[in-house]
Formats: sequence, structure tokens, C-alpha cells
Amino acid sequence: MADMNPKKTPMPEQAPDRRNKNFDEVALGYTSEMATKEAGRCLNCKNRPCVGGCPVNVPIPDFIARVAEGDFEGAYNLISTTNSLPAVCGRVCPQEIQCEGKCIRGIKGESVGIGRLERFVADYHREHGKATPVNINRNGKKVAIIGAGPAGLTCAGDLARKGYSVTIFEAFHTAGGVLVYGIPEFRLPKSVVAAEVNRLKESGVTVMTDMVIGKVLTVDEIIAMGFEAVFIGSGAGLPMFMGIDGEDSLGVYSANEFLTRINLMKAYIEDYDTPIKPMKKVAVIGGGNVAMDAARCAKRLGADVYIIYRRSEVEMPARKEEVNHAKEEGIDFKFLTNPTRIITDENYKVTGIECISMQLGEPDADGRRRPEKIPGSEHILEVDSVIMALGTRPNPLIKKSSPDISVNARGCIVVGEDMQTSKENVYAGGDSVSGAATVISAMGAGKRAAAAIDKKLNEKL
Amino acid sequence: MYEIINKNVLNEAVTALKIKARFIAEKAQPGQFVIVKIDEKGERIPLTISDFDRNDGTITLVIQAVGVTTKKLSKLNKGDFIENIAGPLGMPTEFGNPKKAIIIGGGVGCAIAYPQAKALHNMGVDVTVIAGFRSKDIVILEEEMKVVSNSLYITTDDGSYGEKGLVTDVLKRLLDDGGYDLVIAIGPVIMMKFVALTTKPYSVKTIVSLNPIMIDGTGMCGGCRVSVGGETKFACVDGPDFDGHLVDFDELMRRNTLFCEEEAHACRLEESVNG
Ligand SMILES: Cc1cc2nc3c(=O)[nH]c(=O)nc-3n(C[C@H](O)[C@H](O)[C@H](O)COP(=O)(O)OP(=O)(O)OC[C@H]3O[C@@H](n4cnc5c(N)ncnc54)[C@H](O)[C@@H]3O)c2cc1C
Ligand code: FES
Repeated sequence: MADMNPKKTPMPEQAPDRRNKNFDEVALGYTSEMATKEAGRCLNCKNRPCVGGCPVNVPIPDFIARVAEGDFEGAYNLISTTNSLPAVCGRVCPQEIQCEGKCIRGIKGESVGIGRLERFVADYHREHGKATPVNINRNGKKVAIIGAGPAGLTCAGDLARKGYSVTIFEAFHTAGGVLVYGIPEFRLPKSVVAAEVNRLKESGVTVMTDMVIGKVLTVDEIIAMGFEAVFIGSGAGLPMFMGIDGEDSLGVYSANEFLTRINLMKAYIEDYDTPIKPMKKVAVIGGGNVAMDAARCAKRLGADVYIIYRRSEVEMPARKEEVNHAKEEGIDFKFLTNPTRIITDENYKVTGIECISMQLGEPDADGRRRPEKIPGSEHILEVDSVIMALGTRPNPLIKKSSPDISVNARGCIVVGEDMQTSKENVYAGGDSVSGAATVISAMGAGKRAAAAIDKKLNEKL
Repeated sequence: MYEIINKNVLNEAVTALKIKARFIAEKAQPGQFVIVKIDEKGERIPLTISDFDRNDGTITLVIQAVGVTTKKLSKLNKGDFIENIAGPLGMPTEFGNPKKAIIIGGGVGCAIAYPQAKALHNMGVDVTVIAGFRSKDIVILEEEMKVVSNSLYITTDDGSYGEKGLVTDVLKRLLDDGGYDLVIAIGPVIMMKFVALTTKPYSVKTIVSLNPIMIDGTGMCGGCRVSVGGETKFACVDGPDFDGHLVDFDELMRRNTLFCEEEAHACRLEESVNG
């Protein structure tokens, strides 16, 4: 009989007024007892709606049943049949609109804490699990992966397990993509990402960092090096700006720049060389995960922080947990507000941001109600820094050097059903195809591409 | 890891490092740069590729010790390793088909102007080099520049070597003589600004190589944004070369001072016109 408690077993967290001053992980994870208890809430229902809500179809009720029995390694083995980065997904997936959103328990109370259980199982395995040496028969075929984000890492892992010799070409000095440069330590410890990347390397994948494809090598040159297929998982890293007055003044950053300085370059730690400008009052523009992360980082650097979002709270695309955490940490949300210009002093340093109030009108193409300006409602917020988190687009570097790879009007690579681009044997997936989306959808794309590449290269035999 | 295979101290503040970087050397073109991260805790900084050798797979970086990283780099020796070098980044210089060109280098900028002069010289262009320095003791690359130019003018702020004065004094004289169809200026922002102002009335195509603050060098942070002809450009992917007559130099100078106040972060704004 399932535990009918309508509430999830609470996850221990650092207290808001303590954690908003450090970069340590906010959510501390379940203990074995908590995990077993929470697993007991699963009804193990027959039609398994949660599995359908998961973009990679993790066998959720099955792994939860193992957790309930205390067989944590068994649970891990089940998860890892379809999810190669469970420690990451358990922490950053938008569970409320995926698996947990479909959970029957969610109708009359809170859903089962699937994400928390996934995280627990993956962390347990990282700390206690034994590496099971797998003997893979190498098939002698080389596949190249461009970009070491979730899409590329997943594609590489799947192909390596099938016996391919896989080389990842990564532009940055570290593998991980957004997981290392975007998502902050307090949400996703970099040691978790590094452990996943190491596991991949141990399975025989070569990671070449500092390789900006499109510059140092073109896709054609990679093929000429003997790679029989190429997967492009280069993400959507190009930042957007608003085009308002004052955007090039001192103290205005893209969220990418701000987050990269902090997360990838560790500017917040004393003995790292990358500088970060001290900030006292910050306005972060946007309502997605990126805006939440930037705001919470600025808070941890000691600033008072506004989040300025042009629609209302319900339209915010950020994960619910991040919005709640941001509120608890003292971030000041200005909903239905949009910047009109950035104000500076005579040295072009930011002193404020002028905003206009908005109201919601008719729904637009994607069903969200369109924000409209309220004339005459301009007002000024005093700030010394502005961080633009307005969304990103795929970087055109690869496209520019390979004109035979088609992209759409938004710069996203166009692929067919089989994830193949307009160029033979060149595949793509993740944010570079979908535009900025989620970790799990990028992983799903990496998996599908790995399967398609395997099929194609086997046909060639 | 990238091995330093030769070190050459050009003057007390400027050092040339020849580094094994096979993939980069294979692709490098004049005008391009690399992003260097010296060790685990290092920052990512852009450095122009001063020379490259496809045969032995090396690139040469010329480093002026002004900031945290450039000071550390200058202290490295032959046999030491640099953790990360990514490149070649940015667009190669588009020379067009000039007949008579003036290449201007200010201070350490000469190290970057040199491969440009060499490339043009090899294309059969009549090359005049104007190299400006603060004083005699920091003159670099004189012999090398002589080899790749039809005439070489050296100016110093204090008159201790060559002509006393600014590169723009010589430039104006040459432009008055006429016949030039390309000017390339590389050096302190303020020097490039005045070169562009000087060539403007003569309507001579003027290319400048910009050095804004960068992190990734691939277009993903926007830290390197510059205004060119009223449009925002990312210097790392759209540049670093731009039409000098369209660049907002004052904005660039301001943006380059951003981290000046941060401890240990030497300012990029050069005090002297001649670097
Ligand atoms: C701040 C932030 C917070 C987020 N929070 C969440 C969240 O909580 N939950 C969630 O599900 N999603 C979140 N996302 C979105 C999620 O991170 C992305 O959708 C996902 O990482 C996309 O994966 P990817 O592999 O397609 O691309 P990326 O993770 O962007 O990886 C692309 C990789 O390719 C490399 N690359 C790019 N160009 C080249 C080139 N020319 N040559 C070589 N390498 C190249 C890049 O350096 C990078 O390492 C967030 C995104 C950001 C920015
Ligand atoms: S250096 Fe980041 S965009 Fe140019």
C-alpha cells in the first residue's frame, strides 16, 4: 500500500538568508531514509503517464520501486538505460511540466518527487557505486561530435557504448556546455558535471578542448580526417540585446558574459584571475532560467537585485523551483515591466534604468498573452548594473564555414526525421537545432542522432 | 597543453613566445588572434597571432606585460607549457588589391603590424612602415620591419631615436605626397583614432585592429561589442579589423577601462599615443 501523504517528502535546503551569500548547492538532496519514504508514495500505476512525460522515457515507476526496496544501484542501472546524465537531470529538468506534471498523485496533492529521487539515485551511485568495466568491441569507425554540451555528451556516450571511436571537439577549455558556463554551482555543482564527463572519457571518448570548429577546422576537414559521421551539438550561445539606448555603457552585460565570468571562470573565488565588477544594485532583464540564475548570482555577490519581466508571473518560462528559490533569497520581481533605456552618468557608467509598465493583451502565436505598453507609465529604477537575459540563438560560426548546412531564419540548423542535416552524414541536435530549450530535450536529440548515425553507418557495411 | 619552444625578450616589457600549436598554425592568417588561458585559475585573454609557421606547426605571440596574465606569460620560459590556446579566431585582414600601403604600428602594436607588412610585401605591394615608440629603449622589430618594407620611419615621443613626434606627423606628410591607397593602423586605441582622423580627409581606406575586452572569442558573450558605423559589432567574430573611419573609438576606450579599478587588473588604456 502506497504512502498516501499528499505532500512530497521535503528536500533539505540551505536557509535562504544563508545561501544567498554563498555559492554552495542550495538543495542538499535526500538521505536514504527520505528517498525510501518518498518512493513509497508512488502508486506504480498501470498506464505510467510519467514515463510519457519524460523526453527520454526513463522507466520511472520501475526505478522508484527499486528505491522503495532499498536497491539504489538497481535503480541507477534502470535509469541509465535511457538517461546518461541523471545527476544533472534530477537537478535541472523542469519536472513540473514533464514527468511530475503527469503524475496521478499530483491531481489531489503533490506529485511524487521524481526529480529528487532521480538525483538521489545518481548521487548515490557516484558516491557508492562501483565502476563496472564494460568490454566494448570497437568497430573501428570514427565519429566526430562538435560541442560538449548535453546533446554532444549524450550522443558521444551512446556511440561509444556501441563501439565507435568518438572524438568531441569543444570550443571552450572545459567540457559541459551550458552545464559549466551557464548553470551556477549552487544549482548544479561542477564536480557533478566533471564526474559525468570523466565517466565518458573512461568509456573511451576523446575530448579535444580549445577547438573552435568553423575556425580551426571545418566540418569538411573533420570528415577528411576519417570521421564517417559528424554530430553538431553546438548549442545556442549567441546573446541578444534589446537595442535600447545606453546598452553599450559600462555596467551592461549579457547574461552569458556575466554567468561565464562567474561559473566557467570562477570570478567569485579570490584566487581566480577573471575579474568581476562589484555591483550594488542590479537589474536583470528576462523571465527564464537564465534570468533567475543571473539574478541569484548577483545576489550572492552582495547586490540588491530586481528581475524585470514584461509579462506576469504565470507566463515566466523559468523552472518553478528556481522562481521560488529566487523569491526566498530576496530577489525583487518587477512583473509587467519593460526597459526603455539605460541611464548613465557623464562617464557612461550605468546609474539607472528607465522602464515602462505593461498590461496583458490578446494571446500571441505561442498562446501567451501579449504584453502592451501603458502610455505615460515610464519610471526609473536606480541601478549600477544591468544584465540582459533575453534569450539566445545558435552561433553562426559553423554555418559560415559550411554553407551546405542549411539553417532557418532564426539561425537554427535544419534536420530531417533522422536528425541528418542538409549535408550527408552530418547530424545535429539540441539547442543548435531547437533554439534555446532544455537539457533533457538536448539529450533526447543526442540519443536519437546516435541511433540514426549507428543505423546509417551499419547500412554502409 | 601547448609548449613554448622559444622565448625572445624584445625589450623590458615585451616578450615574444614561439609556441607549438599545430592546428592553429595550419589555419592562421594575418589579422587573426588566439584566446589564451595560462593555467587552471587563469583568465581568458585575446592575443594577436604575430607570426606562424605551418611547416614546424608553431605560432608566435608577442606579449606586453601589462595585466595579470600578460605578466605571468612574460615570465614563462622555453620548455614551459600554456594550458589552453584556442584559435585562430576573428576574420583575417582583407587587404584588397592595394598598390601602395602604409602600415602603422604603435609600441607593441608593431608586433601585429609586422605580419601585415610582411603579407603585403609578399603580395608585391609597395610598403611603408611607420613605427612609433615612447623612447629609444623600447624600439622593437626594427630589423624585421626593414626587411618587409620599402621605407621605414621610426618616431619616438621624446626624440631619443628616429623622428621626434607622433606617427600621425609622418603619416600626414606621406599622404600629402599622395599615391597611397591603404593604411593599416595597429596600436593603442588613441593612436588608431588619430590615424583614422588623419586619413579621413584624404579618403584613403584605413583598417584598424581593435582590442576590446574578450572572454570566449567566439561570439557568445558580447563583452567585445564595439560600435562601427552606428551598428553594434562583436569584435571577436566580426573583426578584429574594422574600417577606421566608422569605429567609435571613444566608446572603445571607455569600455576598455571597465576593469581598471579592480585590484591587480592593469588597465588597457594606454597613456601614451605611442604605447
Ligand atoms: C543560464 C542557463 C540556465 C539554464 N537552466 C536550465 C534548467 O534549469 N533546466 C533545463 O533543462 N535547461 C536549462 N537551460 C537550457 C539548457 O542548458 C540547454 O538547453 C542545453 O544545455 C542545450 O544543450 P546543447 O548540448 O544543445 O548545447 P550547449 O549546452 O549550449 O552546449 C554546446 C557546446 O558546444 C560548444 N560549441 C559551440 N560552438 C562550437 C564550435 N563552433 N566548435 C566547437 N564547439 C562549439 C559550446 O562551447 C558548448 O560547450 C539553461 C540555460 C542557461 C543558459
Ligand atoms: S569575446 Fe565574447 S562575444 Fe566576443
